[in-house]
Amino acid sequence: MSHSTVQPSRSRDLDKLLLRPGNLVAPTFEPGTQLRDDLQEYVRILVVGAGGLGCELLKDLALSGFKNLEVIDMDRIEVSNLNRQFLFRLEDVGKPKAEVAAKRVMERVSGVNIVPHFCRIEDKELDFYNDFSIIVLGLDSIEARSYINAVACSFLEYDSDDNPREETIKPMVDGGTEGFKGHARVIMPGVTPCFECTIWLFPPQVKFPLCTLAETPRTPPHCIEYAHLIKWDEVHSGKDFDPDDPEHMTWVYTEAVKRAELFGIQGVTYSLTQGVVKNIIPAIASTNAIISAACALETLKIASGCSKTLSNYLTYNGVEGLHIKVTEFVKDKDCLVCGPGVLIELDTSVTLQKFIDMLEEHPKLFLSKASVTHLGKNLYMQAPPVLEEMTRSNLSLPLFELMGKVPKDVVHVTGITSQNDSKRSCLRKLRVVFKAIDGVTDMDMAGGA
Amino acid sequence: MIRLFKVKEKQKELAENANGGVPIKKQTAGELRLHKDISELNLPKSCTISFPDGKDNLMNFEVSIRPDEGYYLGGTFLFSFQVSPIYPHEAPKVKCKTKVYHPNIDLEGNVCLNILREDWKPVLNINTIIYGLYHLFTEPNYEDPLNHDAAAVLRDNPKMFESNVRRAMAGGLDSVYGLDNYALSVLNVHTCA
Ligand SMILES: [Zn+2]
Repeated sequence: MSHSTVQPSRSRDLDKLLLRPGNLVAPTFEPGTQLRDDLQEYVRILVVGAGGLGCELLKDLALSGFKNLEVIDMDRIEVSNLNRQFLFRLEDVGKPKAEVAAKRVMERVSGVNIVPHFCRIEDKELDFYNDFSIIVLGLDSIEARSYINAVACSFLEYDSDDNPREETIKPMVDGGTEGFKGHARVIMPGVTPCFECTIWLFPPQVKFPLCTLAETPRTPPHCIEYAHLIKWDEVHSGKDFDPDDPEHMTWVYTEAVKRAELFGIQGVTYSLTQGVVKNIIPAIASTNAIISAACALETLKIASGCSKTLSNYLTYNGVEGLHIKVTEFVKDKDCLVCGPGVLIELDTSVTLQKFIDMLEEHPKLFLSKASVTHLGKNLYMQAPPVLEEMTRSNLSLPLFELMGKVPKDVVHVTGITSQNDSKRSCLRKLRVVFKAIDGVTDMDMAGGA
Repeated sequence: MIRLFKVKEKQKELAENANGGVPIKKQTAGELRLHKDISELNLPKSCTISFPDGKDNLMNFEVSIRPDEGYYLGGTFLFSFQVSPIYPHEAPKVKCKTKVYHPNIDLEGNVCLNILREDWKPVLNINTIIYGLYHLFTEPNYEDPLNHDAAAVLRDNPKMFESNVRRAMAGGLDSVYGLDNYALSVLNVHTCA
C-alpha cells in the first residue's frame, strides 16, 4: 500500500511508523491504515498505577494513538504529589488518582476512552486482567509487581514440547523510577524473563537492627524508625500503624523529633519521616517522563509489530552524567512462575499416594518425600507433624478429584531430589494433564467441579 | 511480537475451557517458597508450630518454644510469624506473644535478632529463624539490648537476672518490676527517654 493514498491524519507522525514497510519490523507486521484502525479499535491497554509514572503513561499512550485505556490505582491524591503528577490540581486533593487522571487525559486528547478503577489490584478477578492486550506497569512496589506478574504468567500455557503457546502470552511493559534512576523492561512471559526470574535485581530494603533503634540511634532515620516500630506499639497497644493516615504519620514525626533532640541528632522532618516509613525515594518528574516515553514506545511496538522491541531491560541513570544501558537478561528455565514445569500425564484414577511414588521414579525429577500444593491448597505435607496429620487422608484419594476434576493444571511439589549421588531439596512446578477425559462432555465437567 | 487481536477470540475460548468454572487462587512465588520451608521443617523437640488459619494458610503461624536449658528452662514462649507475599525477598515479621523478661525482647514483643532484620538473606529459611529464636533463650545477649533493664541486670548481676527470670515466669512481669527497685528505676529512666 502506498502512503500517498492516505488521508491527511491527526496521527501523521504515527503513520510514518504504521503505514510503511520496514527492515526491522516483526514478521507479523502488516503496514496500512487497517493496522492503524485495528490498533485503535481492538487493542486494550491496562495501566497499573496512576502516580508519577502512571500520569505520564496515560498521556503518552493516549498520544500514541491508543483509544482503549484503563487505569487501576487504589490511592487518593495528596498535596505532595502535585509537583510531578501533572494531571492533578490542588482542588483534586483527596480524590482517587485513577479517576482524576482518566478524566484529565480524556479532556485533552479527543477520542480516547479511559476507564478508571479505584481499587486494589487484588480486588479484580483474573478475567479482568485477561481482557487486556498489554499490561503496562507504573508501580513503586515489589509486592504489586510480583502480583501482576503472577497474574499475567498464570494465563501462559505451554505445548507438549514445552514451547509457550503464542495466544496465551500476556505481554507486560514495566517501568520504575527512583530519583534520578529508572528502568523500562519488556516481559513476554515464556519468552523473556519474568519479574520473578530476576527478582534479585531489586536490592533488599535496608533494615536497622531493633536494638540500635532502641539504644544507640545515630541518624535521623534511626529516630524515625524507633518511633514507628517501637514507640508506636508501646503507646498504641494492639492498634496497627497506618502509613496512609496523616494523624499516625504526624504522631510518628513528633515522637521522632523528641527522640532526635534527646540524642542530639539533627534533620528529622515530616517528609523524611514519610520517606523512611513508606520507603519512598524522592521522585524526579523528568525521570518519570523518560521512563514513561520508553514504556509507551515499547507498548506501541508490541501492539503493532512496527519495530523490534527492547530486549529486554533498559536502565537509565542520570545521577552522574547520563548513562543508558540495555541488558538482555535470560529466563530462569526452572522459574516457578513463568517456566513450563515438568509435564506429567496421569490417569484420572491415580491416587495422591501413587502420584507421590511416581515422582520418585520420574527421570526428570527423582523426587522423594514430596509435599504437594495446588492453587493454594496443600494436598499433602510431609512436615510438620500437625500438617502431615491434617493432609494424610488425601493420600488415598484420586489426584483428579483433589484438583477439582480439571482436565489439566499446575501443581507444585517440594521434596528431596537425588541426582549424581547428591541429594538436595527442591521446589518444582509440574504440569499435570489427565488422560482419557477427552470424551468427557462439558456438562460432566461442570457437574463434577 | 504477537498477533494481538487476531488471537483474541481463541484466547477467550481457551480461558473458558481451562478451568471449568473452578474459582482460581493465584499462588505467589513467596507462598510457594514458604510451602517448601514449612514442608521441610525440622524443629527441635522443644518447639511446636501451629496454623491458626488452617492447613491452607501458611502465611500466618505460631511457634511455641520450651527451652530445655538455661535461664528460661521450664517456660513456654509463643511467637507469631507473618510472612510477606514477596518472601524470601523480605524476612517474616516475628513477634513474641508471651510477656517475657529478656534483654533482646521488649515488653511489646519486639525481638532483636539479626537475621530478622539487618542480616536477613533469601537463602535463610523459617527453620533458621526458629533456631535463632531458640538460641535467644539459651544465650540471652546483653550487648543487643531491647529491654535495657534486663540487659543491665544480666551484665552486672547474673544471679539477680536468673532470679528475675524465674520470678517473671512464675508470676508474670509485674512481679519483677514491682519488687525489684533497681530494675524499676532503670526502666523508668528508659521509658521516660
Ligand atoms: Zn519467571
